[in-house]
Amino acid sequence: MFISSKQLIGSVAAAFALVLTSGATSPLVAQSVPGVTATEVVLGGLHPCSGPASAYCTIGKGAAAYFAYVNDKGGVNGRKITYKDLDDAYSPPQAMQLARQLVEQDHVFAMFNTLGTPSNTAIRPYLNQNQVPQLYVATGATTWAHDSSQYPWTIGWQPDYQSEAIIYARNLLKVAPNAKIGVIYQNDDYGKDYLAGLHKGLGPKSSLIVKEVSYETTDPDVSSQIGQLKASGADTFFIFATPKFALQSLVIAAQQSWHPTIYLNNVSANDVVMKGATEKGGATATAGVISVGYLKDPLDPRWANDSGLALFKQIMAKYAPGVDTSNLFYMYGCGAAYTMVDTLQKAGRDLTRQKLMDAAIHLNEANNPFVMPGIVVQTTPSNHFPITQEQLAKYDNGRFVPFGSIIDARPIIASESK
Amino acid sequence: MQELAQQVVSGLASGSIYASMALALVLIYRSMNVINFAQGEMAMFTTFIAWQLVQQGLPLWAAFTATIAVAFVGAVLLERIVIRPVERAGPLTIVIVTLGLLITFNGLAGLFWGYVIKSFPSPFPAAPINIGGVAFSSQDVGIILVSLASLGVISLFFAKTKLGLAMRAAALYPAASQVLGIRVSWMLALGWGLSAVVGAISGMMVAPVVFLDPNMMQGIVVYAFAAAVLGGVESPLGAVVGGLILGVLLNLLGTYVEFVGTDLRLAVAFAIIVAVLLIRPAGLFGRVSVARV
Repeated sequence: MFISSKQLIGSVAAAFALVLTSGATSPLVAQSVPGVTATEVVLGGLHPCSGPASAYCTIGKGAAAYFAYVNDKGGVNGRKITYKDLDDAYSPPQAMQLARQLVEQDHVFAMFNTLGTPSNTAIRPYLNQNQVPQLYVATGATTWAHDSSQYPWTIGWQPDYQSEAIIYARNLLKVAPNAKIGVIYQNDDYGKDYLAGLHKGLGPKSSLIVKEVSYETTDPDVSSQIGQLKASGADTFFIFATPKFALQSLVIAAQQSWHPTIYLNNVSANDVVMKGATEKGGATATAGVISVGYLKDPLDPRWANDSGLALFKQIMAKYAPGVDTSNLFYMYGCGAAYTMVDTLQKAGRDLTRQKLMDAAIHLNEANNPFVMPGIVVQTTPSNHFPITQEQLAKYDNGRFVPFGSIIDARPIIASESK
Repeated sequence: MQELAQQVVSGLASGSIYASMALALVLIYRSMNVINFAQGEMAMFTTFIAWQLVQQGLPLWAAFTATIAVAFVGAVLLERIVIRPVERAGPLTIVIVTLGLLITFNGLAGLFWGYVIKSFPSPFPAAPINIGGVAFSSQDVGIILVSLASLGVISLFFAKTKLGLAMRAAALYPAASQVLGIRVSWMLALGWGLSAVVGAISGMMVAPVVFLDPNMMQGIVVYAFAAAVLGGVESPLGAVVGGLILGVLLNLLGTYVEFVGTDLRLAVAFAIIVAVLLIRPAGLFGRVSVARV
């Protein structure tokens, strides 16, 4: 490319003029922010509605329902939210292409709740390079917080996998300080994140772990791994696995007549897994399995008269009629969308991407109606883990019954995130 | 000692899963000298049909029988409609067509039944069996017995029936068979039908163990390829033995070789298979093919 000196001088002068005028009149700045007008703010999202992970599609629907409800109430700072939620089929290359489309063609103001560790990892460099906020990604990897100095425009929402494992470890050290622990984990970043959290939570007592085994997602079954854990003499079993392999682990342990105390990661602590395992492995396969929760489970009778649950049901009935509201993913979508609206509100009427990011790292949200009372959605510039509190729950008679108080992993996890 | 026994038994159970699928691959290979990459997805798809029939209230064995019939007819039709036009186009074209079928069946299953894992009823009792501290399920025993039974029936069919002989002839000497009055093209379709039946049985046997979803067979079919090649891709007996060896080998490597562990056992097992093939290129039970030039 050749630029004559005359053209160069001209363009520099023009740039100067632009800087001068824009500094003088602030409305011009507001207009130049992509995706923001006086009456509208555009957000982009990615959820898999086809492909192997399409069960998560409902999260986007839950969020969209909450935005529709807010819009009917007048929107945020006078602006209605337009949520462009696309299907990336849980495929990183598709996520990349759609993220470009959302940023460059649809001119979204920010990305909200894009789902999946692989997809978010793929689009993170691009979004950060273009300084597009990537808010409240739907994955529990610790990298969103731990690598925030390198990627300051990205932040998670849900409890991270390490925090969850730390909470299990603290519970275990209290109730069974001499436990012999066996662990099965998925041999990738997701499984290793949990394993690292368990080691952190146990601290000097990591020696309680007598056996760690891994599986590949291509393994047909995990009977060999369970056999090794049983032979190691472990009496406590941590399952850091996706639903299919968690289900197999529960069933095979029962079939091999191994009945340890079981901790099951939140990712797989759902109806499909627990009912399936009970059916195949008998009631002993699932009785007393321990997991965690942080959202208000619509099936939990504790919330029968709760105003948050009533609001959830009212929103879903009006803006997503006919869906199965016992599905916790809708609750997740509403909860994350609530924090998003809260953040937009705090960023103020004079909206910029920088202000939005500032608001996202100064969260102090004690009143999210969709998460359990007592849990504060909280961030600071040096701590990018919005939710670190969870409550333990034990599987009993067809559902998870919460017990104990809400436990906070923040003291341990935050000390790592400098 | 008890752990060793447990690992061998688990290995035989996993191995019989690979073996049952490998049998279906061998059947197709025997009838047209090409590997059908869609074999696993066809098995998965027919298993979903069985699941649907059970959901509709059909008794398990009736659903099994109906599914086997559907698998046979469906695969014969598939061969007539999709494979026949490219029958003479060379192996590479057929391989690409089967890859297309793989993607199609996977997508269709997702479309019809979704991606949420489903539990599939087992024809065998659920109570675990425990002998001297070694535990396994009656499902494990069932898969091994069914694989061996399939092997027996297939061997008898090829060795003792005229139809079986005709199929072998059609695959080995198509032109000569044609002259002798064998309808070579229909023998191919029959091969597809039979292998789909074996695949359907395999799918319905493994689904209670690994749980049913559209990606159920993708991991298994890779192991089945390995088992078939190890045993000799033309030999049904080789497929079964190869599957069982692979299952036990993986477990023992993962448990007893410290630096291999569960992380590396797959890579090491495949390296061992490659080493075996270097010494016996036709596989353990394969015939060395001799071409007259």
